[in-house]
Amino acid sequence: MRTFLDFEKPIADLEGKIAELRHLSSTGEINIAEEISRLQVKLDASLKQVYGKLSAWQKVQVARHFDRPHSRDYLTGLIDDFVALAGDKAFAEDPAMIGGIGRFRGRTVIVIGQEKGADTEDRIRHNFGMARPEGYRKAQRLMRLADRFALPVITLVDTPGAYPGVDAEARGQAEAIARSIDICLGLGVPIVSVVIGEGGSGGAIALAAADRVMMLEHAVYSVISPEGCASILWRDGEQAKTAAQAMKMTAEDLKELGIIDRIVAEPLGGAHRAPELAVAAVGDALAEALDELAGRDADSLRQERRMKFLRMGAQQGA
Amino acid sequence: MSWLSNVVRPKLREWVGAGSRSVPDNLWEKCPACEQMIFHRELESRLRVCPHCDHHLRLGVDARLGMIFDDAAFETVALPKAPVDPLKFRDVRKYPDRLKEAQTRTGRSEALIIANGQIGALPAVAVALNFDFMGGSMGVAVGESFLAAARLAIEKDATFIVFCASGGARMQEGILSLMQMARTTIAVQLVREAGLPYLAILTDPTTGGVSASFAMLGDVTIAEPGAVIGFAGARVIEQTIRESLPAGFQKAEYLLEHGMVDLIVHRSAMREALVRLNTLLRRPRLEPIFASANEPDGEELPEVPDDGLRGERGSEAPPALHAHPQPVGEDRVVE
Ligand SMILES: [Zn+2]
Repeated sequence: MRTFLDFEKPIADLEGKIAELRHLSSTGEINIAEEISRLQVKLDASLKQVYGKLSAWQKVQVARHFDRPHSRDYLTGLIDDFVALAGDKAFAEDPAMIGGIGRFRGRTVIVIGQEKGADTEDRIRHNFGMARPEGYRKAQRLMRLADRFALPVITLVDTPGAYPGVDAEARGQAEAIARSIDICLGLGVPIVSVVIGEGGSGGAIALAAADRVMMLEHAVYSVISPEGCASILWRDGEQAKTAAQAMKMTAEDLKELGIIDRIVAEPLGGAHRAPELAVAAVGDALAEALDELAGRDADSLRQERRMKFLRMGAQQGA
Repeated sequence: MSWLSNVVRPKLREWVGAGSRSVPDNLWEKCPACEQMIFHRELESRLRVCPHCDHHLRLGVDARLGMIFDDAAFETVALPKAPVDPLKFRDVRKYPDRLKEAQTRTGRSEALIIANGQIGALPAVAVALNFDFMGGSMGVAVGESFLAAARLAIEKDATFIVFCASGGARMQEGILSLMQMARTTIAVQLVREAGLPYLAILTDPTTGGVSASFAMLGDVTIAEPGAVIGFAGARVIEQTIRESLPAGFQKAEYLLEHGMVDLIVHRSAMREALVRLNTLLRRPRLEPIFASANEPDGEELPEVPDDGLRGERGSEAPPALHAHPQPVGEDRVVE
């Protein structure tokens, strides 16, 4: 059963009708097939219309959609011979941060991603994609491994943010994030990041200080959640919609601000309607980025990565 | 008797006069920790450390910098130009209005200042984040200035010292404020590659995007006693875990216990600590700095009570610095 978002009412109606007719068509009436294809055209038009002009707040809903493909889906769909590697070798394994080594379209790569989990139980196990310091330290360890074997790094960003908990603070969440950024920026191998869902604040940039940063069309990336921003600046959590707009957190906004390098188009109606298409699109974009970066020496990679971040902000306004 | 030398005190008064606080000299201030009333002038003369309970109140950026440089002498460096209001942001108020208000109130253009001088007769460039200015929050201008300070340190072959006091990212600059975490980290990397020390001092409060970037990347990380230091805000954590927080949570002492800072230094001993670290790291073949008469030329330490900083060997040397603060002027255990 698909979860529908509140702005998907006309879509839900059409999809419901089509499903009903499909069920009936197994009984063999001919004019039902015609009716289905007529409704399908209407549905596509409706999806195009609604998804063509999603507001920032609507994109937040899509980015957090329950059925949206997660890091694990990208690993399964894109990486062959995958060997998952666990633990930070200091304290614990963090299921919110998955990663390992595998083959991506002919290249051995290190992949690191935040995993939100599928059903409720799984989500709890993965802590809803909110990594603890051990998760970030695991990411650091994998990045160092990549450096040692001259392997490119792929990171998949999908987190509401780093976990705000007593244990996380006790083990140095701030240091863990700071060090991850430090290591990303110091890598002598290519690092390419894709924000596949939610890019939540420090917990996101910890994996995304990269040579190429891409976002899926309906992904969001921001300094704080719109709810958090609203409750601090507006002193009213209900203003999340307004805050989402004001913060400029959509892929389009970020491309315009020069923060990301590329927007990866999603299948009609969002990645959750055709996960395998979304996974393939991300795969193509990753392959292109890695091709561009292949063969570059460590120093020029580092220098160019730095220059890219140093330019940010300087080009806007006065 | 104040531990601050007479040489420093008149200058301190100047900074206070020119600084952000416009409290007249005859007012009393209440200590937020012990709630005792303290005569304003006394509080300032003690660098805002409570005479009753030793609580470290927040300190203005000028006094902050004045207390660490040799002879309290330093030159303020102009901040680089940076885009203003890049997102055309407006919440209940326009961001430029909030900025203007902060500028008027503090007499500063942004939430940090850069100073250039000497510490222990060695060049040092220091940055102090200004919590009075929009909570010391980090936007493009702060990031740009931080980078400029790091570059200045490299140019002057100077130690890079940063006093953190910040609630985190400047939300009104959205994603651009988040990017400052990467940009300031690059600044730290440049200093590191130049072979220069980067000393980070975490004062109250150091949280959010500032704590999760340059604040936690120091070669040596010092915290002030009682400073709140952490990534997530206490309220957010409480709402997430739905239980009350342990005593002393996110305080400097808690971080020390959990291995996240190198040492806690009492404000009155901060200069001494910085002189020591700066000299040890940059003059690896020199005689001990604080051993009897071996003070480097031009060195003038803040006056300290004799019982507080004298070694037991009958020399002039103060005891080793320990991770836990040993307040000057209190009975101090000397091994
Ligand atoms: Zn007190």
